[in-house]
Amino acid sequence: MSQTVTKKLMLFFPKCECEKPIIYHLVKDHNLIVNIYRAKVTPEEEGYLVLDVTGTEQDIQRAMDFVRTFNVTINTTGKGVTWDEHRCTHCGQCLPRCPTKALHFADQATRQVVFDEAECIECLACIRVCPFNACASAF
Amino acid sequence: MKTYEQINDRIESGKAVVLTADEIMDYVDKKGVAAAAQEVDVVTTATFGPMCSSGCFLNFGHSKPKIRMSEAWVEDVLVYAGIAAVDVYLGATQLRHGDPANMYYPGEFRYGGGHVIEDLVAGKTLQLFALSYGTDEYPRREIRTYFTIHDLNQAIMVNPRNCYQNYNVAVNDSDRTIYTYLGILEPGRKNATYCSAGQLSPLLNDPYYETIGVGTRVWLAGAQGHVYAEGTQHAGDCERTGNGVPMEGAGTLALTADMKQMRPEFVRGVSLRGYGVSLALGVGVPIPILNEEVLQRTCVRDRDILAPVVDYSVDYPQKTGRVIRYANYEELRSGEIEIEGKKVAVGSLSSYCKALEIANRLADEIRRGEFLVSRPIAPLPRHAKMKPLVIREK
Ligand code: SF4
Ligand code: SF4
Repeated sequence: MSQTVTKKLMLFFPKCECEKPIIYHLVKDHNLIVNIYRAKVTPEEEGYLVLDVTGTEQDIQRAMDFVRTFNVTINTTGKGVTWDEHRCTHCGQCLPRCPTKALHFADQATRQVVFDEAECIECLACIRVCPFNACASAF
Repeated sequence: MKTYEQINDRIESGKAVVLTADEIMDYVDKKGVAAAAQEVDVVTTATFGPMCSSGCFLNFGHSKPKIRMSEAWVEDVLVYAGIAAVDVYLGATQLRHGDPANMYYPGEFRYGGGHVIEDLVAGKTLQLFALSYGTDEYPRREIRTYFTIHDLNQAIMVNPRNCYQNYNVAVNDSDRTIYTYLGILEPGRKNATYCSAGQLSPLLNDPYYETIGVGTRVWLAGAQGHVYAEGTQHAGDCERTGNGVPMEGAGTLALTADMKQMRPEFVRGVSLRGYGVSLALGVGVPIPILNEEVLQRTCVRDRDILAPVVDYSVDYPQKTGRVIRYANYEELRSGEIEIEGKKVAVGSLSSYCKALEIANRLADEIRRGEFLVSRPIAPLPRHAKMKPLVIREK
C-alpha cells in the first residue's frame, strides 16, 4: 500500500450543494479518514467545512475530483482562521488560549508571535481574546 | 559623572554610546559599573500596551460660514466640544454612538475612540459631524464633512496617564468567566494576565525618578514629545523592593506629542470583550547615564521586579487590598506561574516584542544625533500617595 498523507482543506459549498452527503462518499468510496474541525452548513445558505483528510495521494486526488463535480470550491491551504501579521502586536494574550500552540513565540528573546497555520484546529479561541483584531474567521 | 550637556554634545557629534535596557545588564556585568558608566551615554527604555488615559486635541479650522461646535462626533464617536469653537478632545475609551456596550454581555466593543485615533494617524479619511445652537458670529447650526489628519491645523496627543511604573497581574478566583481591562479571565484561576514591559519599562529603570521628570523628551509612537506633568494617579510613595523597584502601580507619566509625526504601527485601537475600547501606544524614554547609580538602576532584570497577583472577581472591584502573591516578570514571561500549588497559564497584554523594537529605534535615532536628552524642568513627586474617593454627605 502506498503511503498515506494528511491534508487540511477548506471546502466552500454554494447554496444548492449543502444537502448532498459528500463527506459520506469521501469515507466510503475514497477510503479517506476525515477529521472535521469546523463546519457551518445551514440549509438554504452557503456552507463551509474545514477538515483534515488522510489517505493516499491518489485517493485524495480522486476524492477532490469527485468533490469538484458538485461545484464545491476547495481551498487546500486551509485558512478558515487567518492571522494578520500586520495587525498582530505580539502581545501574547492569545498564547495560553491556543490549544495546539499554532500561535507561539518564534523565540523567547524577541518574543515575536508567529502563526503555524498547519497546527490550527480552528477552535476560534484566539478570535475571542485578541484585543487587536488580528485573528479572523472566514465564516 | 556626566552632565546632560556633555551627553548631548556626544549625541550631536554622532559619538554617543547607546544601549537598550535589554542589553545593558550583560554589558555592565562584563565591563563593571565604573567603566560602563564612563562609556555609556544613554540607555533606552520602552513599552507598548493599552493606555486608557490617552486622547488628543484636534483643531479643524473654520468652515464658511463658521460654526461653534457644541456637540461633535468623529466616525460617530463622541468628542468633547466644550472648548473653543473648532477644538475638540477625542478620548481613547469613548464608544461609538449606538454601540450596545455590555447590553448583550459580553459586548464586543469593535470600534471607539482608540480606533479613531489609529485611523487618524494611519491617514484615513474620517467623518466629522457637529451641531451647534448658532450665535451671531458662528451662525452655522450643523456640519458634516470628511477630513484626514493632513487637513487639520493641529492633532496633538495629550495623555493624562501613560507608562504605569508597574502593574497588577490579574486572575479570577470566582466560578464564572470575567471580562476585564486585563482581558478575559477564566474561572478558578485558570489563567493570568500581566501588562508591563518589565526590565525594558521606562519607570522601572528609573525607579526614583532621578532622570525622568516634567520636560523629559520622549519617543511617543515615533514622534518626539515630552512629559508635560506627573501622570494622573502618580503615587511614588509605595512599597518597594531592596533595589527601589515599586511592587505596585506607583509612578505614571503624562505625555504629549504631535500626532502628525507618529507612526501608525505604534498607535493601535484596542477592543476588550466585555470591557470596552482603548488605545495601545508605543513609548520610548531615554535615560541619560549621569552617574554610576543611574546606570546601576537601569540594570534591573525581570527576575528582580515583582508584580502583585490580584483577584479581579472580588478583591479588585471591592478594593479589599488582598494580594495573593507576588510574581516576578521572569516567571510571568515563562508563560506559567504557580499559585498556591496550582499552575496557572500566563498571557500578556503588553508587547515585549514591540517594546524591544521601540528601544532599538530610539537607540538608533540617538546614535544618529537625531534625538537629544533633556534635563527635566521639574522632578516627578516622590512622596505622593494615591487617595481614594470617599462617599460622604455634604
Ligand atoms: S492576541 Fe492578537 S495581537 Fe496579541 S499576539 Fe495574539 S494575535 Fe497577536
Ligand atoms: S483558532 Fe484555536 S488553534 Fe487556531 S490559532 Fe486560534 S486558538 Fe490556536
